[in-house]
Amino acid sequence: MNVRLYVLQRATAALMVPLIAIHLVTILYAIGGGLSAKEVLARTQGSLGWGLFYGLFVLAASVHAAIGVRSVLAEWSPMRGRSLDIFMWVFGAVLMVLGLRAVVAVVM
Amino acid sequence: MQKTLEVSIWRGGSEGRYEVFSVPKRDNQTVLDIVTWIQRNADPTLSYRFACRVGVCGSCAMTVNGKPRWTCRTHVSKVIGDGKLEIAPLANLPVVKDLTTDMSRFFEKWQEAKGHFVPSKTRADPIEQISPESTERRAANEAIECINCGVCFAACDSVRWNDDYFGPAALNRAWTLVNDVRDAGNKERLKAVAAKGGCHNCHSHQSCEQLCPQALNPTASIAGLKRRTMQAYIRGEL
Amino acid sequence: MKPRNSAYRHDTLWLAAMIHRLSGVALAVFLPLHFLVLGLAIEGEARLDGFFKWTDSPLVKLAETGLVILLAVHLLGGIRILVIENLAWRPGQKRMAMAALGASVVAGVAFLARAF
Repeated sequence: MNVRLYVLQRATAALMVPLIAIHLVTILYAIGGGLSAKEVLARTQGSLGWGLFYGLFVLAASVHAAIGVRSVLAEWSPMRGRSLDIFMWVFGAVLMVLGLRAVVAVVM
Repeated sequence: MQKTLEVSIWRGGSEGRYEVFSVPKRDNQTVLDIVTWIQRNADPTLSYRFACRVGVCGSCAMTVNGKPRWTCRTHVSKVIGDGKLEIAPLANLPVVKDLTTDMSRFFEKWQEAKGHFVPSKTRADPIEQISPESTERRAANEAIECINCGVCFAACDSVRWNDDYFGPAALNRAWTLVNDVRDAGNKERLKAVAAKGGCHNCHSHQSCEQLCPQALNPTASIAGLKRRTMQAYIRGEL
Repeated sequence: MKPRNSAYRHDTLWLAAMIHRLSGVALAVFLPLHFLVLGLAIEGEARLDGFFKWTDSPLVKLAETGLVILLAVHLLGGIRILVIENLAWRPGQKRMAMAALGASVVAGVAFLARAF
């Protein structure tokens, strides 16, 4: 862990505080009466607002999770140096790609 | 019939075993009293460190029932719990023999964290006027009473998990120097604590703060270093 | 054998840090799956609905409650860290950690109540 990774991790954490709060409230609202794709998509489809919201959320979460898991692996696994960085970039990329794909899936 | 305590003492190096001794139980007894009695009356080959016996030097720190403590300031009655007393050397350090550890690593990290004063003036210059009420001096004073006993270092999970990590004591001292307006070494010091083994490895478990016998708060000091290094990073100074 | 030195780890704040760490890892494992499920909507509403029907069981709802608690505890634990690192030190950390855990369980119960 160094200052650059630290700043990114804490900044994305701070950014996600309101995003998660909104997400939790949305979940609590949506789960009432059972989940239905119709209901979810009616909310998100064609919505620039939700698109930006979830897009930003995905980007922040990808960076935050990649750095976070890297720290855990650095301390709890035998991985060191290069392998940690490679893991971080790959995991972050996977989350970003899958996440943005999901945003497109529910907004388009 | 005199009452006795069954005490387990670590014998050997980093690998070894616990040896059980029967020690006379007294009404007022510290863990250091126990260790001393064993070495003087039961087994003169027991190795341990102590100096002042009164809680000002930090030499007698050991692991008592799993926690790092000053043995001279630990009353047996306070820790005996279910009648068991287990004494081992401080954790996170190589064991020399029995209850003594090699503290070189602890002090080397002190140096790596630049935990030493760098003068900015000569004896020809006037004395720096520092108000004890200034924000920086108050911050330094809150953290300055460290006597390098190693309890925080032994308690720290990040030290245990990460060989590079400087540890709470070294970073706590670096924080006092960051707040010392006479010090000229802060550019290098911030670089040092922002690098690989530095303050960003701290996960605020607060074991150091909970266990420091001087009631210091390395967690808070390290948080201060995190703020300073973040500001320096954003300003492009790192 | 090696010397034993783990007793102090049953401390409240150490447990708070462990819960924070483990909840983060659990969420990191869950997240790709979450994205894959939502990505099913690319194949149309019916595909996503099919998955939702499949998960409409008490066991799954219980697991989802667990996820809500994990998210809430990670968020609140994270806020505690952000406060420690960026604001002046305040005492009462143990109380704060317990409050974070309590609030997370409340969020979970709220979800459970809505889900059934």
